[in-house]
Amino acid sequence: MPTPMATLARQQHPLASTEVQLKYLDEVTGVVPPFAHQLQSAGLDLKALAPEILQINVGKLCNQTCRHCHVDAGPDRREVMSRETMEQCLRFLDRSGMRIVDITGGAPEMNPHYRWLVTECHSRNCRVMTRCNLTIIVAAPRFRDLPEFFAKHQVEVICSLPFYEASRTDRQRGAGVFDASIEALKVLNQQGYGQPNTGLLLHLVYNPVGAFLSGPQHVLEQQFKKELHQRFGIVFNNLYVINNLPISRFLAFLLQSGQFEEYMKKLVAAFNPATVPALMCRTTLSVGWDGYLYDCDFNQMLDLKITNSNGTPIHISDVTPEQLEGRAIRLSQHCYGCTAGAGSSCGGQLVQ
Amino acid sequence: MKTYYNPDDLARFSEISQYDKELADKFFKWYQEVFAEGALSAREKSLIALAVAHALQCPYCIHAYTEDALAKGYSEEQMMEAVHVAAAIRGGASLVHATQMMNRINQLSIS
Ligand code: SF4
Ligand code: SF4
Repeated sequence: MPTPMATLARQQHPLASTEVQLKYLDEVTGVVPPFAHQLQSAGLDLKALAPEILQINVGKLCNQTCRHCHVDAGPDRREVMSRETMEQCLRFLDRSGMRIVDITGGAPEMNPHYRWLVTECHSRNCRVMTRCNLTIIVAAPRFRDLPEFFAKHQVEVICSLPFYEASRTDRQRGAGVFDASIEALKVLNQQGYGQPNTGLLLHLVYNPVGAFLSGPQHVLEQQFKKELHQRFGIVFNNLYVINNLPISRFLAFLLQSGQFEEYMKKLVAAFNPATVPALMCRTTLSVGWDGYLYDCDFNQMLDLKITNSNGTPIHISDVTPEQLEGRAIRLSQHCYGCTAGAGSSCGGQLVQ
Repeated sequence: MKTYYNPDDLARFSEISQYDKELADKFFKWYQEVFAEGALSAREKSLIALAVAHALQCPYCIHAYTEDALAKGYSEEQMMEAVHVAAAIRGGASLVHATQMMNRINQLSIS
């Protein structure tokens, strides 16, 4: 049986503090080289290009409490983006001309202003992606029409499903999650999502259920397509394969199971310099529920804010994309998760 | 606790080249080619390796190929079935020799 889990925040766990997490990541430099040195010795540095994708994290509230969650999201979290901050995001989009939006959480649909935000982005001709945990669609009657809403606004739906079988999925995401996810995928398919020639894109996100790295994306995608179709008649477009980064609840798992150092060594051994030019932090800008900016959603959860030259955090209400171009990305040892093997990002693996 | 097997030694596999680099280089190159995509996929080869590792009871190979099979998306059920295949061949290989025993019994016994 999967262990039901409370958020680290609710448990008042030491790892709920970002300082404690960063301390663990810092101390592991006795075992593995600091990520910044690793880049230097490969003759690389990590600077942002012009931002292309605005990834909006609308809050940490979620109907699930997955074991590996890097957000430490859950039903008890109260940090959700206000309508005012969303308006600031939209004004930023207007002055920047950026036209790709990626909405995440938590379960973003639980934010009371979520649909308004999607509608506003859609009306600006943005390509809108939404990260959906699937179970939310069947969690309550008021979410049942989400697939219809997504389709109406041409939203690209990116759903988490770590495995094509119940036991492994439920161990990570909670009892009953697999069955509910399959039910939700069927509703999305009925709506036309993942079906040929509908233009409604449905992608799945795979991450390893444990302290191992992901195999090749095309191999796993083939497997997922075959198994999900044979077992449940489900179709989807692409599988995005990602690695677990050693932060938040996944870090807690690594430490509890005594595998933190081993996992870090594994990531470092798999360091692939070819992934660096494609890292998502170079072109994605991440905004937190309170409107502060980050290089990526992981840095957001470690509270590594983008700052101006005097160290003041930058807020979305008070910046232009030009000011962000060329900035040095804030690094720590968790970055090794993005450069391991074929690389890892919100859009899946980075190189073949 | 001291044992003959040390998990850290797996990562030191390449050090076997210290005493004979030429043969070790040949082995590692061949090994890599064996596991590349071919008429069998790298994924299928991983599962064969996992089964053979159990037949040979090599703790290093079991450690490595369990992880590799997970990474390549095999389920627990599929992995256990592969180990049963290895075990069945091992068990069968013992049992089928009983025919030899029976032949010998017949040869030696007054019928
Ligand atoms: S991984 Fe996603 S679905 Fe699971 S708790 Fe975190 S935000 Fe919620
Ligand atoms: S965690 Fe990954 S995406 Fe984020 S800053 Fe590090 S390398 Fe970039």
